[in-house]
Amino acid sequence: MALPLRHPADWPGFAAQLPALLAGDADWTRDVGAQAALFGAPAESTAQAWTPPDGWDDLGRRVAMHADDARYARLLAFARRLQREPLLWADVLDPDRRRLQSLARQVDREIHKMHAFVRFREVADEHAAGGRRHVAWFEPMHHILRAVAPFFVRRFAQHPWAILTPLGCLHWDGQRLTGAGPAQREDAPPEDAGEALWLTYYRSIFNPARLKVAMMKKEMPVRYWAQMPETRLISELVRDAPRREGRMRDL
Amino acid sequence: MEVQDKLAILADAAKYDASCASSGTEKRDSRDGKGLGSTSNGICHAYTPDGRCVSLLKILLTNWCVYDCLYCINRKSSDVRRARFAIDEVVQLTLSFYRRNVIEGLFLSSGIIRTPDYTMEQVIEVARRLREVEHFKGYIHLKTIPDASPELVERAGRYADRLSINVELPSAQSLKALAPEKNADGIERTMSRIHLRLQATKDAKREAMAVRALPGAAARAAKPPSFAPAGQSTQLIVGADASDDIAVLKLSSRLYTGQGLRRVYYSAYSPIPHASTQLPPQAAPLMREHRLYQADWLMRFYGFGADEIVTEAGFLSLHHDPKLAWALAHPASFPLDVDRAPREALLRVPGLGVGSVDKLLAARQSRRLRRADLLALGPAVKRALPFLVAVDHRPRAADVQLLARPAHQPQQVALF
Repeated sequence: MALPLRHPADWPGFAAQLPALLAGDADWTRDVGAQAALFGAPAESTAQAWTPPDGWDDLGRRVAMHADDARYARLLAFARRLQREPLLWADVLDPDRRRLQSLARQVDREIHKMHAFVRFREVADEHAAGGRRHVAWFEPMHHILRAVAPFFVRRFAQHPWAILTPLGCLHWDGQRLTGAGPAQREDAPPEDAGEALWLTYYRSIFNPARLKVAMMKKEMPVRYWAQMPETRLISELVRDAPRREGRMRDL
Repeated sequence: MEVQDKLAILADAAKYDASCASSGTEKRDSRDGKGLGSTSNGICHAYTPDGRCVSLLKILLTNWCVYDCLYCINRKSSDVRRARFAIDEVVQLTLSFYRRNVIEGLFLSSGIIRTPDYTMEQVIEVARRLREVEHFKGYIHLKTIPDASPELVERAGRYADRLSINVELPSAQSLKALAPEKNADGIERTMSRIHLRLQATKDAKREAMAVRALPGAAARAAKPPSFAPAGQSTQLIVGADASDDIAVLKLSSRLYTGQGLRRVYYSAYSPIPHASTQLPPQAAPLMREHRLYQADWLMRFYGFGADEIVTEAGFLSLHHDPKLAWALAHPASFPLDVDRAPREALLRVPGLGVGSVDKLLAARQSRRLRRADLLALGPAVKRALPFLVAVDHRPRAADVQLLARPAHQPQQVALF
């Protein structure tokens, strides 16, 4: 049977197939792109219909965005257990449940970090309204491009922008959002004129008397640094901190 | 002077304000056809190597100041480099940073130039232009000058999401000694004026929400204009005077309940150039500041009172976090049975957060809890085990004693 999923995070597509999957005993073998397939054919739905508990849809939607290749297999296996064990959903400490929750949390966190760490640069563009566009490069770890789009549309509704990623792109022209295929880092614009002001701010708001590098890395993991221009100042700021702190004291 | 140089001076001067919150305000976005921005639940766009987040463009309009508060780097008698932004420079910086997606909005404060009212007017004008000319929908936090007139505070609240007035020091006497131009009564008066105004807006909103049945009228009244929808906050310096932690936390508790503050920020005093002899020569330990934040958190979300949370003479323990210190000081309250203990009691167990407690409460509806369930909550729960009993878990007295030993110096202190 051909996979019904239209894209890697197609939860509605998966959820629509779930009753048939639960009725048969097929396993989910792979779930990448349109090639993914079911192992064997699903049986006719003879078993009674399964009513998913409240919260299942929300959990599934988030887990479906995860990069883990086994995400749909895990969801199917857990749905089978839920069908057999009516009290299972209430047991939030069940190991399978915790594993799914943890995948969902990793996705939530990546969405949050993408909202935070995308960096736009200004590009002249005669076709764009206002003669310029804001373009960003980002490398998300999970399939979250669709999930982050509404945030950026609400926030930057009035000027054209684009977010380029290796998993696909978003283009907003001030009216309409369109998707596009994967981009490469070289497609992203270089430093623009205004970036120096941001770097000055980042350097000046840092308090050298309170160095806490581990805390910074915990909240802003190193894997995002290549996409954020200010992070190239970090080694200099850390190196000069003792000297700057001394100067603050005995100016 | 170039904007670049002003920014370097006026961001440097603003970094002593700890607040960077950008959450808890009304929902707004730019899909209405004009302007820029939206509000969020709080986003930290970057972190600097001091571990602090960058959420707002935090700057002073100017660091010129006619006041001479001894603890302040920008006091009149200090010889720091001075600068002053033009109003439009701040507006353009905010918009340009916002489009880059490096901030949620602006936190604007200022040294006092000419008079408090003149200064406040300048600060408000920045916010007004952002809102009315640029239709900026992002977050704005304005520092209120305590002696500014009530009309100006009213106007500030119309444009700002949050207002704040710093109480500066934990006691009125200290403030008198160290900040001769300020007075504690004036600060609290303005604070309670803002508090009353916030309450009035809340009441008006509730009234407007009520469905009515008047012939010829709309089903609901028009929404009243908003006033600082993210409320007010304050900051105080610890370690610049002799006030102990009990005094600080009692003050915070009073401000949370009496003045409805959203947040109290604590800033550990650190010596500044050419300091007065009235000030301590040593910086307050950053750990003290950290412990105050922990205690503050426990008061707001865990049901601890200001009068019980300090278990040593006047000060929070620097070795143990306040929750562990409280548990060690109250051995009779433990161990607790995870299958039966009430929520309020479980919240007092070191290592158990609100999320963990709620998970335990949900899971124990369906079955008895085991040691493995506790451990599954996360690594912090190891610290809870000596205080809990489960069907297959019974702590030994030695486990608690092991926790009581200050095992290692906390990392924060070791850095200095």
